[in-house]
Amino acid sequence: MLGYYLELAIRGLRRNVMLTVLTIAAVGAGIGASMAMLTTLRAMSGDPIPEKSAQLFVPLIDVWGPQSRQGNSNSDWLPQTFTYRDAVALTKAHKGTHQAAMFRMNMDVSPPTGTPFQASGRATYADFFAMFDVPFSDGAAWGQHEDDGHQNVVVLGAKLAQRLFPDTEPLGRTVSLNARDYRVVGVVRPWTPSPRFYDLFSARRSSYGDSEDFFIPFSNAIDRQLRVQGATNCNGPPPPGWEARLNSECVWLQFWVELPTAAQVRSFRTYLEGYAAEQRESGRFHWPPLVRLYDVMGWIEHSQVLPESVRVNVVIAAGFLTVCLVNSVGLMLAKLSGRAGELGLRRALGASRSDVFLQCLTDAMVIGVLGGVLGLGLTVTGLWGLRLLRGVDGQSGAAVRLYSLDWSMVVITLLAAVAATVACAVYPALRATRVQPAWQLKAQ
Amino acid sequence: MLRALRRNQLGATLIALQIALTLAIVSNSLFIITQYVQHMRTPTGIDEANIFTFSNAWVADQTDLAARIEADLAAMRALPGVIDVEATDTFPLSGYGWGWGLRVRPEQQYPTAGANRYYVDDHALSAYGLQLIAGRWFTPQEVRPTTLNDSYASFPEVIVVTRELAKQIFPAGGALGQIVYFNPQNPARIVGIVERAQTPYMGYHEDNSSFEPLQFVDNQLYYIVRTRAGQLAQVMRSAPQRLYELTRQRVIQDFRPFSATRRQAYLEEQVNTVLLAVVSALLLAVTAFGVIGLTLYWVAQRRRQVGVRRALGARRIDILLYFHTENLLIAGSGCILGIVLGLAGNAWLLFRVDGLTRMSPGYICIGALLVLGLCQLAVLWPALRAASIPPAIATRGL
Repeated sequence: MLGYYLELAIRGLRRNVMLTVLTIAAVGAGIGASMAMLTTLRAMSGDPIPEKSAQLFVPLIDVWGPQSRQGNSNSDWLPQTFTYRDAVALTKAHKGTHQAAMFRMNMDVSPPTGTPFQASGRATYADFFAMFDVPFSDGAAWGQHEDDGHQNVVVLGAKLAQRLFPDTEPLGRTVSLNARDYRVVGVVRPWTPSPRFYDLFSARRSSYGDSEDFFIPFSNAIDRQLRVQGATNCNGPPPPGWEARLNSECVWLQFWVELPTAAQVRSFRTYLEGYAAEQRESGRFHWPPLVRLYDVMGWIEHSQVLPESVRVNVVIAAGFLTVCLVNSVGLMLAKLSGRAGELGLRRALGASRSDVFLQCLTDAMVIGVLGGVLGLGLTVTGLWGLRLLRGVDGQSGAAVRLYSLDWSMVVITLLAAVAATVACAVYPALRATRVQPAWQLKAQ
Repeated sequence: MLRALRRNQLGATLIALQIALTLAIVSNSLFIITQYVQHMRTPTGIDEANIFTFSNAWVADQTDLAARIEADLAAMRALPGVIDVEATDTFPLSGYGWGWGLRVRPEQQYPTAGANRYYVDDHALSAYGLQLIAGRWFTPQEVRPTTLNDSYASFPEVIVVTRELAKQIFPAGGALGQIVYFNPQNPARIVGIVERAQTPYMGYHEDNSSFEPLQFVDNQLYYIVRTRAGQLAQVMRSAPQRLYELTRQRVIQDFRPFSATRRQAYLEEQVNTVLLAVVSALLLAVTAFGVIGLTLYWVAQRRRQVGVRRALGARRIDILLYFHTENLLIAGSGCILGIVLGLAGNAWLLFRVDGLTRMSPGYICIGALLVLGLCQLAVLWPALRAASIPPAIATRGL
């Protein structure tokens, strides 16, 4: 029977073309706009590292005390980054399976040929790569030995490796960073968690941009006094000079720890509280120890990375979709009422109410598919337009991916179109089944 | 007419609902767009059309940074078409900056006003093209060196503030010559006031800037170059060339005219403006098509009645008016609902989005009138079709 209904539906498209076209256009426009918005929303707010997001944690310690919260509208506020002392102490304590302090910095690359250029990198410990499951295409991360020795080793990002060594094997070669040679020990694959949850506060960089160009050991970066590319917040006038800055209460470092089991989470929290209490004993703090632990999704939500405008856009797209669907219901009512004669005839010939109902729904399904295809075209156009507006196409792969359609979204779009249209058609179809065969046969 | 509407209750309700939603969304969207457009035109107070910026860093740490920076500045200032050049770290709309709370009395616990600090030298007035309205700029002797690492701990003895910041610190006026305190040990005298200088941020009311005679001596700095009118493109070519002549061992990045900085700063709002405009246009189109479609259907459904009316003496224009009035009733009730929804939506938006002001009811009423007009236009074609139904229809099929 379904095949028959499909045939009827397709042939029926030609009848009352105007209404059909308007319905398809309405569904397509509504779906197109909503899916464009949803694609972006999904890309920006999804789980960036689903297999581990519940095992990776950011601790926060109250290093500035209740005084720092006075006059702040948020009475829960804690410094979002770490002091040098705390970050290094926590890393060296080794209380989690993996842990690493880190910060983003820039260095000048002097390639063998051509002019020097600046690259953006991350200074961190060897554990970073295992902790975040960073995929390597070549070599591996450095080890504890290189961390302890403050050695000149570097792991290259895919893009920088390609730029510096287009034809040769990068492993074992040297790269000149800030006029010093670093030995390449590994090359990572293109890796762009979205959002880049471990680095949400970098200055001048979007949380959704590309990953780092290179990685060097934390101790090495500190030796070379590299400035952090991110906010440095000091609770009062900081002492001048690098050494004094390291020993001050200025916060500028990030720290992440991997705690795979709930028991480890509990014991780490205990350790953290103990650490804070210890600092209080030693006279560094004068207030009760206050600590907090966030996992990846908690941290993303806490940091409010998602631009407010994306949320507002989704609401507007939803409103637009509602209007389009309301439109479709009206148009389908109109269309089915126009077919009262034909439907009455079918009922007179023996079709049951449910037959007529199914036939109308099949009509709606066909329209839904066509509307979905149109909607898909509109979504693609819309996303292309968004990319154009933001000047994104020339940029990193990560940014382009935010505004691109992947196969799952295509399937979702088509399914949504069909589902929406069929849902809209339910009431009109029900009304159509109530058509009296006798009346229709009588009125010629 | 009301009886006809009651028979077609569902269709009429749907159209009215659609019109209401459309009015609510479109009026709010247009309102947001006007706010954004206005915001994007906020002047920074500097000579934007003739300024370009770029970052410069020498490869590897250097020991004679002060001399290198001086040499760069001197070389660029000597170029034809250049009014002045400045070496610093932040500038209006750059997106990041330094802040500090200023106090009028040293023992104050909380600051009187927050200031955005610009670290400049004696050339900055002409390098930015600022407008001095009181007092003076800095003399070369007042400028002292500092570094990015020490910037937080370096304080000047004289500062220049914007008119807005002066008003915030000294609401009663007379800021010129007064002392402000960075902290109890660091007083500074206000020696000059400029008309306007936006902070590095693109928010609302971002005009509380202070200028301090502290020159950064660091490896990586931004050069701000101001050219004579019409010479921007030419100097953008000659300046890097001249710098590379001094040494090639440098990295020049982020090279862009100020218009690009402005565009980058307001990018989010620009995108949203276009998005909202497109969605509004589509929404109006979809609603108009809905009105056309449904009215066409009603015309078809009431062919017999229209024919009877014509046979009984109604003129074409009467049929036209009939359908137009019916549409007016439906669209009218939709608009009233839409005004309510629109104002509610506006309240929600005020809650969620920064910097919007309340939409006046008059604004949305004008929108309602426009939507009514659009609906009337949309119903014209179906109504004309109805009007052309021949009276003879009435005699058929009895």
